Amino acid sequence: MDTFLQQVINGLTAGSVYAVVALGYTMVYGIIQLINFAHGEVVMIGAMVAFTIINALAPAGLPPLAVVLIGAGCAVPVCMLVGYSMERLAYRPLRGAPRLAPLITAIGVSIILQHLALMIWSRNIMAFPQIIESRTYFIAGAAITTVQIAILAICLGLMGALAILVYRTPLGTAMRATAQDPQVAGLMGIDVNRVIAATFVIGAALGAVAGVLFGTYYGIAQYTMGSVLGLKAFSAAVLGGIGNIPGAMLGGVLLGLVEALGAGYIGDFTDLCQYGFLAGAISACEGGGHFILAGSNYQDVFAFIVLILVLVLRPQGLLGERVGARA
Amino acid sequence: MTNKLSITLIAAAVALIGCGEQKPPAKAEATATEAAPAPGLEVRIGHVAPLTGGIAHLGKDNENGARLAIDEANAAGIKIDGKDVKFTLVAEDDQADPKVGSTVAQKLVDAKVVGVVGHLNSGTSIPASPIYNQAGIPVISGSATNPKLTEQGFKQQFRVVARDDQQGPAIASYLAGEKKPKLVAVIDDATAYGEGIANEVEKTLKAANIKVLPREKGTDKTTDWKAVLTKLRGRKPDAIFYGGMDATGGPLLKQGRELGIKAVFTFGDGACTDKMNELAGQAAEGMLCSQAGIPPQAASKKFLEAYKKKFNADPILYAPFTYDATNLLIEAMKKANSTDPKAYLAELQKLSFTGSTGPISFDEKGDRKDAEVTIFTMKSGKIDPIAVVKGGKTVAYDEFLKTMGGAK
Repeated sequence: MDTFLQQVINGLTAGSVYAVVALGYTMVYGIIQLINFAHGEVVMIGAMVAFTIINALAPAGLPPLAVVLIGAGCAVPVCMLVGYSMERLAYRPLRGAPRLAPLITAIGVSIILQHLALMIWSRNIMAFPQIIESRTYFIAGAAITTVQIAILAICLGLMGALAILVYRTPLGTAMRATAQDPQVAGLMGIDVNRVIAATFVIGAALGAVAGVLFGTYYGIAQYTMGSVLGLKAFSAAVLGGIGNIPGAMLGGVLLGLVEALGAGYIGDFTDLCQYGFLAGAISACEGGGHFILAGSNYQDVFAFIVLILVLVLRPQGLLGERVGARA
Repeated sequence: MTNKLSITLIAAAVALIGCGEQKPPAKAEATATEAAPAPGLEVRIGHVAPLTGGIAHLGKDNENGARLAIDEANAAGIKIDGKDVKFTLVAEDDQADPKVGSTVAQKLVDAKVVGVVGHLNSGTSIPASPIYNQAGIPVISGSATNPKLTEQGFKQQFRVVARDDQQGPAIASYLAGEKKPKLVAVIDDATAYGEGIANEVEKTLKAANIKVLPREKGTDKTTDWKAVLTKLRGRKPDAIFYGGMDATGGPLLKQGRELGIKAVFTFGDGACTDKMNELAGQAAEGMLCSQAGIPPQAASKKFLEAYKKKFNADPILYAPFTYDATNLLIEAMKKANSTDPKAYLAELQKLSFTGSTGPISFDEKGDRKDAEVTIFTMKSGKIDPIAVVKGGKTVAYDEFLKTMGGAK
């Protein structure tokens, strides 16, 4: 039982980070129907900037929490700038172009950002300095660290703040109006370009925070970390229904859980030796041996199995409504 | 080995940038040594290591080891076949680049060297080996650990350092003997290196009647080990072995301790670096890991003093091994009373010699019999040698130092 509970805690922590990254995908898709594949790289840049600052400040003797906050505080504006420039330089000129053009551009931007990071930070892995004393609490045998609690709390807070922004402020109203119909929104006096730029900037800021959290959680950052994380978050957004903000949150958390439980139990389920009729046929099973078809190294595959299943069985996602109603 | 590969790549990149001006100095050096007057019989021994690029300091260290052996032999005034012999070292730079390595090998063959010490990297040693093999020139590497080097069936290829696949049995027998675990979990990163060393560890542990859990796997890019570790925690292993590099091993160790796993974490040389402390922090303390060979400061006192006196520095890494390799060549020539590679090769194969790294003899593949593997532990942020495993027997590091000090 404590193993199961532990896997749930692991899944929730990773899943809440996926959810925050997925918000960046879903917000942009909701407003201009573009899958911004470069969003994963924005998350990576957030982590790299924060790690650089934190590593530089770590020996200075400031309180650890302040160092991390300064690091995150520098990463957020840098990522906002990256998000803004991306929209202004790469996507805005292509607005109104066939949908394939911006999609391919997004892949190009992703490659450019990744290689920029490679040039700036080299291919070496960056380690998170050991300044935070992470305490471990045990609940019914399952361990939860202070870092995990902080990640869960920050992610919940961010999701709440975003919900308030979108549903309770004039900017949010403008965003929803633009999402419904940019032309009519423009006629109603909304500066559509500004709203779209704001969407990118907000998504990038969320991505920066997610990058810092992800890096702090695993203690490691590298220029390639954005691609898989980005694809997983994209899968999460599709799972929840792309374009749908609560859907991205739900999708992220669910995906984290599926991954943790899947990786935790797949080895047990695919151990052919426990199935009586097969055990006799496999020589490796003799004397309590094992014959495992798929082990925990398939962890990353679960996100994509989920993606395929959703696209086949329920393309609009769990909470999504119509897809492709507008061209 | 991935890190050797990356070093090679970096060195290759550096070499590409500065290709034009790097070759002449190496050549000039070689001709300078040759130019010395040669009384009696002049015998040329080649040495190859990267002398430019990212690991040039290690290459120079290797070369110093060989040079010391040559100078000592010349000072001793060796007579072979009734003639006074003067040994000269033809030192070449392979820039840690496989292509340059082959070119340099051909150059040494053309210069009619009778034996070669090197190359430093497995990545350069393997492509160069067929060239030496064709020319019939004995080669002894003091630092190439990739098993493939001596698996090609070349009779004149030797090495005096342990192979990568001797490490698995060594770390496993240390674990079994010193920590006495009842149940061990083995994880690997699904690469040739990680899986290979993990298989060896599992085999050795099972032979020692220790239960091993079904293999868990990650990839060489895995950062999230929590699912695997949570599963393992439920089975309560006494020790965990991970076959993989430090970039993935660090997070594994950190997350394992966060989950409250108390088992002894054990690694191969891929994760036997100070980087583990950076990545895992306090959690790295007390971890065990292995490296091929012995640390240079564990070499014989006589060697260490002579090296210090001649170069006014301490050996960095593999100098004791290249020193021994050079002495082995000279010793075989003395025994055969000939400097002809064909004649002294047979002597080299059956030689039994006590060098600065202990007794040396070769098996039929040309690998060192009972090569040493050193076990390290993480102590206040640095990896610290605690024991040397040789032929399945564990000797505490301090004891080992004493035997080396007393050997000569």
